[in-house]
Amino acid sequence: MTRLPALQFLLAALLLPQSLLGAAAAPPRDLYFSEAIFWAEQGLYFDALQRLDTEIAQYRGLDEPELDTLYPYVHDAEFFVGDFELSYRMHHRAGRAITAVLEGNVPEPVRNEAAYRLARIHFQKGQLDDALRAIERIDGQVPADIRNDVEYLRANIYLATARPELARPILRRLQGVKELAGFSEYNLAIAELQAERTEQALSQLDKAGSVKAADEPTRAIRDKANLVRGTMLLEAERYEEAKLALDRVRLDGPFSNQALLSAGWADTHGNRYQRAVVPWNILAKRNRTDPAVQEAMLALPYAYGELNVHGRAAVLYNRALESFGAELSRLDASIEAIRDGRFLEALVREEIRKDRDWVIRLRELPDAPETFYLMALMASHDFQTGLSNYLDLEDLRKRLLRWQTSFSAFEDIIARRRDYYDPLLPELDAQFREVDSRRRLRLEQHQILSDRLQGLLVAPRPEFLATTEERTTSLQLDALRAGLDEETDAALIARIERLQGLLTWEVKTNYHDRLTEFYGHLQDSQVAIDELTRQYDAYVRVRQAATHSYVGYNIPIKRMRTRVEAGLTRIDLLMARQGRMLEQVAVRELESRVRRLESYEERARYALADSYDRATAAQAAFDQTPQNDEGAEGE
Amino acid sequence: MFMRNRIATLFLLLLALGGAVQAAEPSAQEMRSLDEQVQEIKTDVLAIAAELSALEEQLLFPSNTQVSVFVTLERPDAFRLDAVQLSIDGNLAAHHIYSFKELDALSSGGVQRIFTGNLPGGEHELSVTVLGKLPTGKEYQQTEKFTFEKSIEPRLLGIALAGPSAGRSAIALNDW
Repeated sequence: MTRLPALQFLLAALLLPQSLLGAAAAPPRDLYFSEAIFWAEQGLYFDALQRLDTEIAQYRGLDEPELDTLYPYVHDAEFFVGDFELSYRMHHRAGRAITAVLEGNVPEPVRNEAAYRLARIHFQKGQLDDALRAIERIDGQVPADIRNDVEYLRANIYLATARPELARPILRRLQGVKELAGFSEYNLAIAELQAERTEQALSQLDKAGSVKAADEPTRAIRDKANLVRGTMLLEAERYEEAKLALDRVRLDGPFSNQALLSAGWADTHGNRYQRAVVPWNILAKRNRTDPAVQEAMLALPYAYGELNVHGRAAVLYNRALESFGAELSRLDASIEAIRDGRFLEALVREEIRKDRDWVIRLRELPDAPETFYLMALMASHDFQTGLSNYLDLEDLRKRLLRWQTSFSAFEDIIARRRDYYDPLLPELDAQFREVDSRRRLRLEQHQILSDRLQGLLVAPRPEFLATTEERTTSLQLDALRAGLDEETDAALIARIERLQGLLTWEVKTNYHDRLTEFYGHLQDSQVAIDELTRQYDAYVRVRQAATHSYVGYNIPIKRMRTRVEAGLTRIDLLMARQGRMLEQVAVRELESRVRRLESYEERARYALADSYDRATAAQAAFDQTPQNDEGAEGE
Repeated sequence: MFMRNRIATLFLLLLALGGAVQAAEPSAQEMRSLDEQVQEIKTDVLAIAAELSALEEQLLFPSNTQVSVFVTLERPDAFRLDAVQLSIDGNLAAHHIYSFKELDALSSGGVQRIFTGNLPGGEHELSVTVLGKLPTGKEYQQTEKFTFEKSIEPRLLGIALAGPSAGRSAIALNDW
């Protein structure tokens, strides 16, 4: 194996976690988008995706999307969908979603951000050529908040594709960027290593190992830089410098075990074993499943042996043998439990997974050999991916099972609604028809009167607004007038004409008041019509709601039931395959531990025998010295 | 004895730092194929979920009666939210006790849907009781009552919690 792949492993773990709200300066003021964030922030990406997918689909269907609250955030929402999909390990879909943004008609900064995100997805999946192509599409204006991230990713891609000469200038420019503190320094060191500039790499690791760290990721990268530097110096046999670097690694950090082990080896230079026992003594008391601790359990008595404290060495070899024996028994039990299928059963225990530290709790369970080594197995990326997939599948399975029972409940609700509404609706429809005919009649009348009003406004016709009494009187007067003779009844005719004149006076002089009154009545009629229309609309809505509450569901429910059943069958199959793979990975890892422990056990046995021999020889030599003989006799 | 193996151990350390356990790898092709199939089934189940959610909403919460209440945390530092209780027209509608994860999510700008139900059109009274703890360690409880109108459109109500120092807007009702 060459050095380069090892360097790639070192680099690949160094992508900064992307903050969920990194893209948006403030939380969006769109309700459903914010609801999706509520789920995502709890790690419930399925629910987050379901919410945001629906919201975006509804937005896309709007006639006037600019009036929707999502409008100002729609690009952020699309990026968030990509982020959620990425977090939910749906890289293909995330890539497709971001590519769609990239190829859409979007402003330059949005397109560049999409290209960056796409490059990040490819990089995380190890698709380096695609990552390079995506990052090289960035051109022009880049949003200020991702400018450094873009450059950092670009440098990482160059490093992963073994082009340190391109990565180095970028990483140099990023030195001192606050949010990349430790990471840019460390990766520049890796670039120097790739370029075979070992001294510059060591100097850069020194810088990365002394950054001020306010958060855990930075503290961890600082520890890692010191450990790598210490390891390199140890390989170069520069023991004093190695020791200084290793001593800078925190005693409670994730790299402390390796640092303590290496620090001990650095101390053994020049036979300074009395110094080496200090870190190894600390290490030997730690978790005995850790390979570094197991090695320290052998290294410690070895150091005591070199210090000629053979009795102590023998005791410690014995202790190591006991510990290895117990560990081997536990490994055997774990392998057996995994082969019996108990490992997979334990992984999906609901009550354990509810806990934030569920992996640690699994290990602490008494009498649970199937999960004792889970923490150690989680160090493997493949195992982690497999386990996450297995747990996701279990989650999907539970969802589908829950939905399956929902269908029966839905059908029950629908049947009850049908039983309730079916007998009621004919009578309601009859009442509706009556309301409807009254409404239509009113509408017709109103229309006629409205037309008349319009006519009167154009050409005034006061007689149209005469009262019934005035009309009757006028007709009576006309009838009386028709029966009279002009010459003989002149006086009567004159009286009738005066009365007719009086009527005409009344009608004409009151015309405007009557017109106003007519208009008022027409308005009242409109109010009545509005009320009838409201009743009509309300009825239509209620009628529709009643119908919609139980009609038209049978086919969709049937179709979904079939899809759920098919999904469950596929999930069962996938879970079986994924589970088998997890078991294989776990068993292989545990078997390699067994082999290593057996080898340690064998060495410990030889070393123990050797210690006894040396102790006996030393005692014999001690006994044979003349002054000791005398002393012994004296005693 | 151990010195002989030391260089090999150190080289392995470089690999282990990258987080890879090389020995425990089945076929990479097989793992990739399985991973892709898992991604496909996730897509399918999400599609089912979207359709089911639309069906559920149509069937259980039709728009003419649908009322949803959401909670936002306006000033997460002002107090520690323990629980929220909602009553509508005097009937208990929701009582939610918050987990740490949920509080983190609310503090990060997330909005929680605390209630979805059905109400007839007209005026209704919403009573919101908030329980929590102040930075001084004192218990905090406050109740506010609001009236709202339900029409034929779905009604979305937002409760913004800002803590007792916000005075009258400690519990505010927003229309979404």
